Amino acid sequence: MRFISVIAIKEIRTYFASPMAYVVSAAFLAITGFFFVASVSDAFAEASIRGYLAGAIFFMIFMSPALTMRLIAEEQKLGTLELLLTSPLREFEIVFGKFIAAFAMTLIMIILSLYFVLVLFVYGDPDIGPLLSGLLGLTMYAGATLAVGLFASSLSSNQIVGLVVGSGILTALTIIDFVSARLSGIASEVLNAFQLGASFSVFDLDSFGVAEGGHFADFARGIISVTDIAYYISITAVFLLLTVLVLEARRWR
Amino acid sequence: MIKIEHMSKNYGPYPAVIDVSFEVLKGEIVGFLGPNGAGKTTTMRVVTGFTPPTEGEVTVGGYDVVSHSLDVRRHIGYLPETVPLYLDMTVTDYLTYMGEIRGMNGSWVQERLPKVIDMVKLGEYRNTLVGRLSKGYRQRTGIAQAILHEPDVLVMDEPTIGIDPIQVVETRELISNLGEEHTMLLSSHILPEVSAICKRVLVINDGRIVADDKPDDLSEKLQHAERIEISVRGAEAPEFINSMREISSVIDARSDLRASVVQKSEREGFSPFIVDAKPNVQATEQIAKSIINNGWGLTNLTPLPMTLEEIFLELTTEENLDE
Repeated sequence: MRFISVIAIKEIRTYFASPMAYVVSAAFLAITGFFFVASVSDAFAEASIRGYLAGAIFFMIFMSPALTMRLIAEEQKLGTLELLLTSPLREFEIVFGKFIAAFAMTLIMIILSLYFVLVLFVYGDPDIGPLLSGLLGLTMYAGATLAVGLFASSLSSNQIVGLVVGSGILTALTIIDFVSARLSGIASEVLNAFQLGASFSVFDLDSFGVAEGGHFADFARGIISVTDIAYYISITAVFLLLTVLVLEARRWR
Repeated sequence: MIKIEHMSKNYGPYPAVIDVSFEVLKGEIVGFLGPNGAGKTTTMRVVTGFTPPTEGEVTVGGYDVVSHSLDVRRHIGYLPETVPLYLDMTVTDYLTYMGEIRGMNGSWVQERLPKVIDMVKLGEYRNTLVGRLSKGYRQRTGIAQAILHEPDVLVMDEPTIGIDPIQVVETRELISNLGEEHTMLLSSHILPEVSAICKRVLVINDGRIVADDKPDDLSEKLQHAERIEISVRGAEAPEFINSMREISSVIDARSDLRASVVQKSEREGFSPFIVDAKPNVQATEQIAKSIINNGWGLTNLTPLPMTLEEIFLELTTEENLDE
């Protein structure tokens, strides 16, 4: 545990020492702010954070891999991975430490964006259920996307490769319903079960949608379902495990 | 401290190290010498637990590098070939972090850090970003991280590569001093460096250990041959070489193919040769007699002292010359 926190603290400090944290936070706040404002500015608009959530999960497809792309790729490029792997550290400690750092950064951004909620309470009467479930879902969604991004970062020493592969995997999981809609039966259902949650209907100014069959839909509606939680935790766990395996495999080359 | 028994390492189908066995005793400084691609780095990576051997057994301080990798890593300080540094951290932050991931607690780092910074003479740069340091100082930072946690064994891969000559001298001194309290395995492809620092030299070539000796003995052993440079006028190469080989004290004779010599000989009309003879016999006398008896004009006959560089070349390129 000590090693995990040592690595996490180092990575968080590195985030703040580089422009990355500030640029990504600014972009996150700007984009989610836009969706929030657009979704509540109509005269009879519903006082909810639906637009904010839809915008946030869509943007995270790119933001999460951008936050994680440096974490392992850079170590390989600088050769410091050789130091980490010849220190008395286990691979999972390295991977967890880095994941926690990226997760903490994302939580900070989400917390910074919570003034939207404050605005809702000042000017309206929001339903507290969907608000809390939405934020819970957003947190879990963030964890899953960061794990995918971290895995992508472990694949090469090139950060851009990490970004492209990470966003690629997340985009594939997002548009998977385009494919499943053209299939039928079991295949369609199986593919649908992997729907990450975001949707391109977020750009539809009337609905600011999330994927209807996806795992985020219930969270946005105020329903917390075990299936959805299990899905996000599984994605997180599987990709963190894959990252550990990639690092271990590096030894056996 | 380090014990390697019949260790081989393949990268896919390509063997990098083949059946290497050697032992480094506590307190020994062993130089690991070989041309680029000989298997030095691979051997060091196996010793440090970075990569497991394909075959054979490697132990450090009694711990197996595969089954007790974590114990091995606790006892080793490692400086890889490309000094691994986080360029956006200050020297102090970097070293503190390295100490922590080596399992040092806060107070140990606090106590040890000033001493190490002093030892590698980084005092005035302690708050400088690593990325702003010159190559020599980066190297020192790298050495500092390797010795910070007071490891029993130090493994350094090409510690003086790519730094300017003045800093090379300083770095060598630093390493020599470290050798007084550490068991050390140090690789290099520069012979004088190894002979200056190490009390024992392992020469590796094409993945195999080809010599294991004290630097002095190594040169003595290779004095099995006295090398003589000869220039003659009027002799055909095969004819001359055959006549030389007939002499009992001559080990081998061949044409001297060094470009500078060849040019000069073409200009001045003689043929240059290199003859290896047994030492301590009157080989030069017999050679001179043979040349004169054959009616050739002897224009030059110079015994060459063998430098360590040549021993090294001899050790590692012999087979290629024969081909």
